Amino acid sequence: MLEWRRRREPSTAMLWVSPLIAIALTMLLGMIVFTAMGYDGFHAVESIFLTPFLEPQRWADIGVKAAPLVMIALGLAIGFRANVWNIGAEGQYIMGAVAGTGVALLTYEMTGWWILPAMALAGVLGGMAWAAIPAFLRVKLQVSEILTSLMLTYVAVQCLYYLVRGPWKDPDGFNFPQTRMFTADQTLPTVLEGSLVHLGIPVALLLAVVAWFTMEKTTAGFAVKVVGLAPAAARHGGFSAGRTTWATLLLSGALAGLAGLFEAAGPFGQLTPQFPVGYGFTAIIVAFLGRLHPLGIVFGGIVLAATYVGGEIAQSTVRLPQAATGLFQALLLFMLLATDVLVRWKIGWKRRAA
Amino acid sequence: MNQPREQTVPPRLALDHISKSFPGVKANEDISLSVAPGEIHALLGENGAGKSTLVKIIYGVQQADEGTISWNGAPVAIPSPKAARKLGIGMVFQHFSLFDAMTVIENIALGLDEAVDREALKAKVAAILESYSLPLDPEREVHTLSVGERQRIEIVRCLLQKPKLLIMDEPTSVLTPQEVERLFATLRQIAAEGCSILYISHKLHEIKALCDSATILRGGHVVATCDPKAETTKRMAELMIGAELRKVEHGKSGSAGDVRLGVSGLSLAGEPPFGVDLEDVSFEARAGEILGIAGVAGNGQAELLTALSGERLAMQAETIRLDGKPIGLEGAGTRRAAGLACVPEERNGHAAVPDFSLADNGLLTARHRVPLAPHGWISRGSVKRFADSVIKLFDVRTTGNGALARSLSGGNLQKFIMGREIGQQPAVLVVSQPTWGVDAGAAAAIRQELVDLAAKGSAVVVISQDLDELLELADRLSVINEGRLSEPRPVASLGIDEIGLMMGGIHGAEAATHA
Repeated sequence: MLEWRRRREPSTAMLWVSPLIAIALTMLLGMIVFTAMGYDGFHAVESIFLTPFLEPQRWADIGVKAAPLVMIALGLAIGFRANVWNIGAEGQYIMGAVAGTGVALLTYEMTGWWILPAMALAGVLGGMAWAAIPAFLRVKLQVSEILTSLMLTYVAVQCLYYLVRGPWKDPDGFNFPQTRMFTADQTLPTVLEGSLVHLGIPVALLLAVVAWFTMEKTTAGFAVKVVGLAPAAARHGGFSAGRTTWATLLLSGALAGLAGLFEAAGPFGQLTPQFPVGYGFTAIIVAFLGRLHPLGIVFGGIVLAATYVGGEIAQSTVRLPQAATGLFQALLLFMLLATDVLVRWKIGWKRRAA
Repeated sequence: MNQPREQTVPPRLALDHISKSFPGVKANEDISLSVAPGEIHALLGENGAGKSTLVKIIYGVQQADEGTISWNGAPVAIPSPKAARKLGIGMVFQHFSLFDAMTVIENIALGLDEAVDREALKAKVAAILESYSLPLDPEREVHTLSVGERQRIEIVRCLLQKPKLLIMDEPTSVLTPQEVERLFATLRQIAAEGCSILYISHKLHEIKALCDSATILRGGHVVATCDPKAETTKRMAELMIGAELRKVEHGKSGSAGDVRLGVSGLSLAGEPPFGVDLEDVSFEARAGEILGIAGVAGNGQAELLTALSGERLAMQAETIRLDGKPIGLEGAGTRRAAGLACVPEERNGHAAVPDFSLADNGLLTARHRVPLAPHGWISRGSVKRFADSVIKLFDVRTTGNGALARSLSGGNLQKFIMGREIGQQPAVLVVSQPTWGVDAGAAAAIRQELVDLAAKGSAVVVISQDLDELLELADRLSVINEGRLSEPRPVASLGIDEIGLMMGGIHGAEAATHA
């Protein structure tokens, strides 16, 4: 008989191998499920997980989709380390884009290098403001940030809908619910000539390094870890849980807001009702796939971005519905949480009772 | 074995020469006792005397190494709590196992061994509540109930099984005096109906008020069996604490230096659910002295420590002064930087982070006084060197500074924690239970370090339940009881009976005034 045995110390190897096992299990189970549903399961999994990496023309697309995921996940992961569960990054992402777009619409007739930085700043502040609400409620009133941040996402979506259908509707847009297109000074420059690769990608990588450095080398990062692991010890060591909650929520809001602004000023070039594609939620999976480690998150962001790209491929190759992407992503999160048990436990043959 | 009582009926429960060892400790050695039907029998002893282990053996949680248990005169094996319940043994634990979000009746149903029809259960519970006149609404959700009411749920749970022996583990430690009165009335009624009660406590006045006989444990042995109503409180305290205490030479006699830590009128409400209110605590600790604070567990020791460490703030800055400087409103970091170091009783998760390396655990509290993270930038090299120096100087047995705190034995982790604080050369060190769960050799080393630290001019405050330790270390001693601290008195002038009285529930103030 097989049995679970507790490891004496958490396995470092398993810490990094278990996400890979989770990916493999997701592919396997996905294959079985879609075959059972009458699709070509093997090719569905191939299209979603392998084709994006095997075809170089897809790489830029992966990068474009990975950038917001990584940026959001970095902030979320730092919060998760501190036991602060911001589930509403999607809302902060939307409000960041909304705030940045507000600046864009105000500066519509102006030119200047300062416009884009001003939009970025507005994006950061917009995301922070949206995250400040759950922070306030948690610190002052002990309201679970999980619920408040999640619910505020839907408020943000309705704000977006109202603005693009009402006051911010493009006057020359044939009544389509969308804002004006951003001008050249309001658009994120591309890094590689003639490709989709915009400034957000190097910024996301840079932020990952900064986040890693902060978590490992500063007392601020240390505080986050202590507060998350042992709140009483944190209090004893002179770290404030309330301040840490504020800081991590504002930080994750800021990063989600910046990611939203980059998405609006980059691939979209305007705000439309189709703007929220769920990056804020997918980033939660990215954070866990990356083991809440900034550099792991870069890897996780690339994998999840590939599933978006691959999901589109699979729509044409094996006629998978678009929802299949979400299903694979959810399956991956499920597997990640399940395989996490391997870090502290191992499977062994049951020894016979003496 | 002589049987003091006339035995026409066999005792409900008889323990015969029970012994139980754990690695390194003899928790119970050669313990015999008997409880007659309908008798309320006290099991009395200090923390660590072996009460819990003995009760666990009776309730089937643990198995004795040697000895026999007899039930109504016949030897029995009790392999599990379920078997114990089947015999008719019920137990009310000190901490309850209740689901807050469920109602009283749902919680009772969950705790039963067999599935019972809900309506029938309701009727039975109502009958029990009626016959013992226990005020409890079966439809209320548990989170809306007081601690006393929660305890009644556990009692009803036991009574449903029609027990022949009810074990109450420190039942009054979380109750208000009014609730205690009501509990006693219930227990007396239960006993009058023929159910025996084994009542575990270290509160002497309660035992005198309630119990018919008492078995006193110390260090895993039975030191006496007596009738608490006939015995004096003082005599029982002596038996519990042990009269043959080592006499320690106290070189210094109150000729200590300046006041380094001054506390005046510290009052602080306890944190729910089990917190104790600190009431008007005042004391001074002087350079070069060790002040001992004695008291049985849960009388405000944890609250006093967190109030001193800055984890909880005082109402006014002047309440706590360090070298004359008011620090009552300063947080833990600032107090530590100013020279006030504290070591809480709980090592895992309070004094140290179990999932952190020793190096990081050094950083946790030493960063205010040792330059480990100047301007918020962690210097890995300095952090490791600091941890290494603590490991070396305090002889911590470990694989190195990268070892996780949880991988160390309790004693070794305690040595690291003590070393981490002493290594910072604090002006004042407040430490709770410095040698709790630490083997004798390490305990001696830790005590020596405390003496040395005081000799260098620091003030040391030791909060402990181990009287031997306090008598060995302290120059002056005071007792904390229900959140109040007695006037500290020179240890040399104190008799063991006085300390026993102070600890055993007769209020400290009374014992201290006839000084």
